[in-house]
Amino acid sequence: MTSLPITLTINGHKHELEVDPRVTLLDLLRERLDLTGTKKGCDRGQCGACTVLVDGKRINSCLALAVSHDGAQVLTIEGVAHGEELHPVQAAFIAHDGFQCGFCTPGQIMSTLGLIAEGQAGDDPERIREGLSGNICRCAAYGGIVEAVLEAQQQLVKADRRTAA
Amino acid sequence: MTLELSLNQQPAHARQGSSIGQPLTRRDGFLKVTGAARYAADNHPPGMLYAVLAVSSIARGRVASLDVEAAKAHKGVVEVMTPQNRPALAADPDAKDHPFMFRLDLLQNDQVRYPNQSIAVVIAETLEAATEGAALLSPRYEVLPARVGLDGAESFVPRGVGVGGPAVQHKGDVEAGLKSAKTRIEATYETPAQYHNAMEPHAIVVAWDGDTLSIDTPSQGLAMAQGRIAGLFGIAPENVHIRSPFLGGGFGSKGMISGPQILGILAARLVGRPVKLVLRREQMYGPVGHRAPTRQTLRMGMDGEGRLTALDHHAKTTSSTFDDFFEPAADASHTLYASPAIATSHDAVRLDTGTPLFMRAPGEATGSIALESAIDEAAYACGMDPLEFRLRNYAEVEPMTGKPFSSKALRECYRQAAETFGWASRPLQPRLMRDADGFLTGWGMGTATFPAIMFQAEARAVLKADGSGVMETGAQDMGQGAWTAFAQIAADGLGLDIDQVDFRAGSSDLPNAGIAGGSGHTATAGMAIHNAGAAVIARLADLATGDEASPLYGAGNEGVLARGGRLYRRDDESRGESYAEILTRAGLTEIEGHGKGAPDPASQENYAKHAHGAVFAEVKVDPDFGQIRVTRLVGAFAAGRVINPRLVRSQYYGGMIWGVSFALHEEAITDRRSGRIQNANLAEYHVPVNADVPSVEALLVHEDDPHVNALGIKGVGEIGITGTAGAVANAVWHATGVRPRRFPIRIEDLLG
Repeated sequence: MTSLPITLTINGHKHELEVDPRVTLLDLLRERLDLTGTKKGCDRGQCGACTVLVDGKRINSCLALAVSHDGAQVLTIEGVAHGEELHPVQAAFIAHDGFQCGFCTPGQIMSTLGLIAEGQAGDDPERIREGLSGNICRCAAYGGIVEAVLEAQQQLVKADRRTAA
Repeated sequence: MTLELSLNQQPAHARQGSSIGQPLTRRDGFLKVTGAARYAADNHPPGMLYAVLAVSSIARGRVASLDVEAAKAHKGVVEVMTPQNRPALAADPDAKDHPFMFRLDLLQNDQVRYPNQSIAVVIAETLEAATEGAALLSPRYEVLPARVGLDGAESFVPRGVGVGGPAVQHKGDVEAGLKSAKTRIEATYETPAQYHNAMEPHAIVVAWDGDTLSIDTPSQGLAMAQGRIAGLFGIAPENVHIRSPFLGGGFGSKGMISGPQILGILAARLVGRPVKLVLRREQMYGPVGHRAPTRQTLRMGMDGEGRLTALDHHAKTTSSTFDDFFEPAADASHTLYASPAIATSHDAVRLDTGTPLFMRAPGEATGSIALESAIDEAAYACGMDPLEFRLRNYAEVEPMTGKPFSSKALRECYRQAAETFGWASRPLQPRLMRDADGFLTGWGMGTATFPAIMFQAEARAVLKADGSGVMETGAQDMGQGAWTAFAQIAADGLGLDIDQVDFRAGSSDLPNAGIAGGSGHTATAGMAIHNAGAAVIARLADLATGDEASPLYGAGNEGVLARGGRLYRRDDESRGESYAEILTRAGLTEIEGHGKGAPDPASQENYAKHAHGAVFAEVKVDPDFGQIRVTRLVGAFAAGRVINPRLVRSQYYGGMIWGVSFALHEEAITDRRSGRIQNANLAEYHVPVNADVPSVEALLVHEDDPHVNALGIKGVGEIGITGTAGAVANAVWHATGVRPRRFPIRIEDLLG
């Protein structure tokens, strides 16, 4: 296959790449850029383990061909914390035991960031459950996930108020 | 290349005194929420190639042709491995030296014996080229008719079920018991084939260096995997180094190394370069095990007071045509309910399927949903409340063996869970409760139980002159929290703060920690850690009490306590000194001790050892459409000593949601003509998503068990499924008046 040139900004870093058009965004991240935090659970958009934010929106990176996102801003799990300082969503996942094996966790966290940005779920647990139902957790740490999202949401609202004031 | 992992980067956790019993957050949490936890498929050694399996699309027959030339002609494809060029093995993959050795499909011939069996491996420079190469093989088959379903072949009585237990057992005279009964019930239940579907597909990254192997692959049993690989390749076990620091879920499917993982090793041998092989999701429906379907018939007789006079439990199950694993479903009736006569029996058919294997609560889960449903039917037939009926038949000794229980706080589980749930106001008759929206509401219950099993494990403890400690055992963390719970046991065993202990696990070059399965890992490896700690502390105490310069001189081993990095005289705690002082004065940089974990033969002989629990469920059913929602689950569990209540609760939650899934969601559907699984993907094979999950509460009931092991640990990984699945089924009956007889429960069954 003839490779095509693309540019992606991933976690704030610009990458100029030559990409086989068959390569998914997920495989590009994992197999070429060593950003292996994003996981492959099904490669069919059914499990959500590969969720990343593209231009601020959550997508299944296994269903996205890398070449079709030329110029995009991509945020992966590796770009969420600031060094040792965890994002409130990450800290809340630990505090509420929102995972067991951890394999779906990067996807859950990216999906949570997307959900919060969409501003549709608020602090309604039922809507959070619906909004995160594209991310399967076979360990079934769902209760902890919902608690973590609720807490992180509150923290973020507080932080926003502080910033505004 | 040893595993390098430091998990002591978390801020100190608030706790008092010992580490055991404290609800520490996961020590691997930081790595997991930042994406830094490296799972097998995240590795990428230099020069690595990608291997992709081609798998059979038929259930039975032979591969007549493969277009190897077309695959090899594809740009980037390096090699195609078929039965013609597969490197030789030192052992026959169809040999079975012991019951835990399962036959593997390693391209030994052109025969196909189940769908999704590996038939070739394409190795390429990129994943895309390997994937396309596999598609270009365009296999042609000679197809034989597939044998499918519980009636698909002639049945027989297996020689053993589960891990080799008798297929047929009885005590007392069941027929006489049934004859003398005032009330009798008989019911047949069907459970489907289920697939583990851990989120992480089986994966292997492997590099050969001469006759040594460096492997990253998820394993619930590192030492067993190491031995199996060594045997197949004719090399020494110590030449096989496997790293498995994190499993992306296992549930039994990663207990034994599977055929595809071995094919990855063979592929690396063939091309002389490191190889990564990752199963595609649909390829996990065959070679990595599953829970076999069952058809179970229960007969019960009760006297005028609702006491069982006889309990007969028969289970029919399936295995593959070429290997033996038989789901021991009927054995669930051995332990829970007192009856003067109990009979359990199994028969099976051989089908064109991958060999079924251990899947979370193998036998217990399948048996429990049938037994708990039948107990509910029996209670109703006697006009009794289901809890009252269970208490009436409460087993004071293990019913099948007559052995006393090592501990059994089940009554307390019933009491606490019933009270929290609000069970007392439940009407006896079904179809009497509706919620404000008009949904039929039902309450059901089930008893949970799982045996307290121990395997064999070893650990090595080190105390260093700087006052810190090391604890090593090749334990496996598949999400249950081994990195945290074992570090807690290690800290107490060494008398150190947890952050002073370097706990090392997840690698086959460490002492054998036994298998992470059977809910026995914490007890087994935990005891090895505990004993290794005691051994090294005893050495330290020897040094101190024998040294005239020590304030502990002459105290004797029995008279010394280890705590907070210091030894104290037991009779005078003002006299003590630090580990560092003792070792430095002795001129030693470090000392070590070894420990083992194993079941105590005397207590095995004398006691029945089980964890117990009670689960109560509420469901709501749409009266017009039959749609079922579980709205509330309350479980109470007694499983001996709790090492970390936060992690234990998570195990119960997970298990209980698996119970919901068993009752309402999971089922692999086999096409009757082709024998292929029709829903081998995560969209059509239903597992619960967040929106399916109700409010779940798990109560930890205190239980001291002096017999199971010195730490008093039973096990918590599997018990949550048992009891829950039946509770949901019974709640559906209570809501609708329709008794579910096949699982998962379908809308059409409720609409009649």
